Amino acid sequence: MNVELLFWEGCPSHPRALADLRAAMADLGLDPSTVALREIETHEQAQSERFVGSPTIRIDGKDILPPGEDPFGLACRVYHRRDGRVSPTPDPDDLRDALQAAIAT
Amino acid sequence: MTAIGEPAPTFSLPDTEGVNHVPGDAPATVVVFTCNHCPYALAWHDRVLALAHDYSDRGVRVLAINPNDATRYPRDSIEAMRARVQRGEFDGVPYLRDESQEVARAYDAQTTPDVFVLDAAGLLRYRGAPDSDYEDPSQRAVFLRDALDAILDGRDPELAQTPPIGCSIKWRE
Repeated sequence: MNVELLFWEGCPSHPRALADLRAAMADLGLDPSTVALREIETHEQAQSERFVGSPTIRIDGKDILPPGEDPFGLACRVYHRRDGRVSPTPDPDDLRDALQAAIAT
Repeated sequence: MTAIGEPAPTFSLPDTEGVNHVPGDAPATVVVFTCNHCPYALAWHDRVLALAHDYSDRGVRVLAINPNDATRYPRDSIEAMRARVQRGEFDGVPYLRDESQEVARAYDAQTTPDVFVLDAAGLLRYRGAPDSDYEDPSQRAVFLRDALDAILDGRDPELAQTPPIGCSIKWRE
């Protein structure tokens, strides 16, 4: 399983997302040190990587939460917690569910 | 950059209907740099609106300003701003467009949100985040409320400055 976190340095949320991702991986018996970090530095790179915002978490190349129609670019990504609150990071339960689904396949 | 206690930059900016707004003419004015797509701005948005409602009977004005470059970030266009206002997302708070980004530069705004509280004389009395936790609605923009309570009582805010937290302002290239 290849877990990667794509981030843009101009958004302050990726350290928190990385911590949540590593915690979820550890809880599920996965090695949290295997998360690949990839920085997206230019708009051109955002386009070529289909990066809709920071942070973006992919498992085996697939976004854990499909971004829909969001445009590609260097920006903070908008997530929603399960209780409806807007958040700059994914809900930890969404991280856990995505990892569990990947483990199961 | 304006220091606490110094005159804040004045401005005249249009809202989504083209009506210009100027800070002041109030016992206090809250100037909030914000935008349409930043998760931090969106997380704090309802708390700022609630504050605007709660302090309106004391004459406090709240002005929201979007300074982001809409060329590279079309979600910050005036059309997208207008759509939000028309959906009722600003509840009477004027949502102003800083197209040239001159006002954001004059204020040295760093993030969305970045909040500046001015007193009746136009002096800057608080600058920074609405409260300590974008994730916790129960914080109720307490930094801003405390600053306003002090200003309206003729006192200096105990907490005059906090680091602004949010998305970087999208400057034109």
